[in-house]
Amino acid sequence: MSAPVPAVSRRAFLQSSLTASGGLLLTPAFGPVALAQDAAAPPNPLGVYLRIERDNRVVIGARGAEIGQGVKTSLPMIIADELDAAWSDVTVEQLPLGIDFSGTTPQWKYGPQGAGGSTNIPDAWADLRQVGAQARSLMRRAAAARWGIVPDAVTTRGGHALHPDGRRLSYGELAADAAALALPPDPVPVKQRAEYRIIGRPQRVVDAADIVTGRARYGIDVQEPGAFTAVMVRCPTFDGEIASYDDAAARAVPGVRAVVVVPGPKPGEPLAANLATGIAVVADDTWSALKGRDALKVEWTRGPWASESSTALDAQCAELLSRTGQVVHDAGDFTAARAAAARVVSARYRVPFVSHAPLEPENCFVHVQADRARVIGPLQQPAGAQRAVNLVTGIPRPAITVEMTRSGGGFGRKLTNDFVAEAALISRATGLPIRLQWTRSDDLQHDFYRPFGHHELVAALDAAGSVTGWTHRLASASKYYRRANVKPEDLWTPELYPDDFPARLVPNYRLEWHAVASGIPRGSWRAPAHTANAFVVQSFLDEVALASGQDPLALRLAMLGDDREFDYAQHGGPKFRTGRLRTVLERVASAIGWGRRPPPGRGIGLAAHFTFGGYAAHAIEVEVSPRGEVAFRRVVCAIDCGQPVNPLGIEAQMQGGTIDGLSTALNLEITIEGGRVQQSNFDGYPLATMAQMPRDVEVIIVDSAEAPSGCGEMGIPTAAPALLNAIHAACGVRIRGLPVRDQLRAALARAT
Amino acid sequence: MSIRFTINGVEREFAGDGDMPLLWYLRDHARLTGTKYGCGAGLCGACTVLVDGAARRSCVLTVSAVAGSAIRTIEGLGASGLHAVQKAWIEEDVAQCGYCQAGQIMAATALLERKPDPAPEDIDAITNYCRCGTYARIRKAIARAAREMKK
Repeated sequence: MSAPVPAVSRRAFLQSSLTASGGLLLTPAFGPVALAQDAAAPPNPLGVYLRIERDNRVVIGARGAEIGQGVKTSLPMIIADELDAAWSDVTVEQLPLGIDFSGTTPQWKYGPQGAGGSTNIPDAWADLRQVGAQARSLMRRAAAARWGIVPDAVTTRGGHALHPDGRRLSYGELAADAAALALPPDPVPVKQRAEYRIIGRPQRVVDAADIVTGRARYGIDVQEPGAFTAVMVRCPTFDGEIASYDDAAARAVPGVRAVVVVPGPKPGEPLAANLATGIAVVADDTWSALKGRDALKVEWTRGPWASESSTALDAQCAELLSRTGQVVHDAGDFTAARAAAARVVSARYRVPFVSHAPLEPENCFVHVQADRARVIGPLQQPAGAQRAVNLVTGIPRPAITVEMTRSGGGFGRKLTNDFVAEAALISRATGLPIRLQWTRSDDLQHDFYRPFGHHELVAALDAAGSVTGWTHRLASASKYYRRANVKPEDLWTPELYPDDFPARLVPNYRLEWHAVASGIPRGSWRAPAHTANAFVVQSFLDEVALASGQDPLALRLAMLGDDREFDYAQHGGPKFRTGRLRTVLERVASAIGWGRRPPPGRGIGLAAHFTFGGYAAHAIEVEVSPRGEVAFRRVVCAIDCGQPVNPLGIEAQMQGGTIDGLSTALNLEITIEGGRVQQSNFDGYPLATMAQMPRDVEVIIVDSAEAPSGCGEMGIPTAAPALLNAIHAACGVRIRGLPVRDQLRAALARAT
Repeated sequence: MSIRFTINGVEREFAGDGDMPLLWYLRDHARLTGTKYGCGAGLCGACTVLVDGAARRSCVLTVSAVAGSAIRTIEGLGASGLHAVQKAWIEEDVAQCGYCQAGQIMAATALLERKPDPAPEDIDAITNYCRCGTYARIRKAIARAAREMKK
């Protein structure tokens, strides 16, 4: 009847109590202190996991940071399904950061709350099902007691307990009885797949009505009484300092209350708090603050990276790739394979720096007081926000409360809490509650950018066209730039994932890395190194196939071979299944009609990749005009993220990831000149508009009973290589350096 | 001299700096925070409102420039129950992060008021950014709203 019990700590992790209105409340339990509390004690209103009211309303606390990836909907769905609630009875409330500091080491109260690495769903699968299942077991026992039957005879459906004779009691009617029962001492069985009634069925975004009416609260909307607005000017060159400044005119702007210097990290210090030295203007409202900022006169030192430029970085990469780098993975003997090869194919690719550019620029409310601090903001890593405030103020973490609003996008930008640290520094310096607002220019000029790099790939093929050797040599500016506790010899680890395709599928397989010296801050950009490496590897596969007279799909399928499981030691493991990657590839190829000959000027491209536990593929058909304009004819993607939790949300993430991948590949690059970023608004960093993007993105969701992965990042990595393979198929031009921009027009003009 | 205009049918008077962008007036002074800041340069459309029926980017429109105008924001769109465009946005589950959607909805409303039966090329003319990439569902929602508004 029931599936195996998931691994949950034997330590009781829930406690039940009665709400003031006679409902059932399930909250996290922590150690003997929490368990010894009077069950009828007033519940901590912030401590709610799950509340069942007498009117049958089910209130579920959403623990994850909602950045548009849909976890405020999908995580509560998991609880509601195991509870057997009616989804129409469910309302969702955002939980604040919950960390219990009573033990020797801090513990999550509600489970992990960050949004990074597509981990929310897999984490929830491990524990939130148990929350719903325990609540359901209470309901069954309460109903059984009322009816004088054994709990096993009670079934549940849609927020009701059902008697075998047809009688029913709503959860609301049972809530008070259930609150008096002891929770099961051990994990209880969770549902089997066939029993799901909410999981696997499309559910709309729970905040939709608030979003379309403008009521949804983002960080920028936080209006705390007495709060002042701050904006900052930061040193435009990496690691520059203030040489001199004059704030007299700024202070004279009506509405300006204070001007304070915000010191940044010293060159070489870890980037653990704020990113750059700057000056903050604090005012009554945003416009006054902006006018005050304009009136500031600041001279900056140029810093140690003043000669850095994109041109110089390209030259640095070319020089590095002329030498042998750090061999970070070496299976078999690539040199021998190359020497014995019937054919050798090689190519170099370039991946630019890109910015996250969430549409809601960084902002945060922070009020630092003598012994405590309060943070409200659009956060991707709320625990990190607490640490950042602790770091810059010394206030102990338990005295720092952190609330998450909805976030207007994240894409990895808000994993770093530099803007929170800044707001805390300004609040501490002024003694005022501060709402710090970044402008778009601030955002594009002071990001933690996706790493830049040059890639060289070499494949050795035997006479039959089988790939016998493969080398990927990368010179990049590591994402682990000025991170505390990262050894120089480990800087490559976020740049190349050794277990990625085609590891183990090619007998002689070597990875080599070179460190590019650069002062530009780097960080995690949605699906980090997968966006670079899938672009490179999946483009190169087409080059290998075409150079050796093979069909690109056939070569990929031949390399993947039969369904096998390999160890995958990087994030998204522990296993990688060739058959699952093969399936998504076959699904998109079939959907788009791979093998047919498109009309002249059109071409179809494919790509498939394993990202953070999810398997995704794209098939894209484009038309390239003689002048080099690209028009999308069809875009199909497939995702195997295990058991689908919310198909509507998965489709959204795959569509959005596709657009992100295409928009970035076509148009976006951050360039450097004189040790600073050149782009300062969307005119220089033009995200794609609706007209430039495909009119539809078809999403195939592979039905699966496997434990779910997330799906927020899987849609990006394969979009760019499928596009570039399609462009090549359409017009014969191979784009190896991103972004595409006008390269195609130039190449076609040269060809005619 | 103070500047007069209406917001969602309500008379307003502003005696402050007439150079203040309408966006910041709406957000900081009228406390209507549904209209969002995205770029401050009229490039992204997150701040789109209707000024005398036309979709305008309020971050590059000063308060003095809208003197005498009727301004409609997302808060006023569904003042008497959800507007067909808002309903369509919910039905098609458009929003991901949702931050740009008030601006998208205002731009779509202006389009549908001008062109009740928009062709795909008309929808292409909406240049509001959606960083989450909800464009396909925006198209579907506009088509749905157009059908509903014709009924």
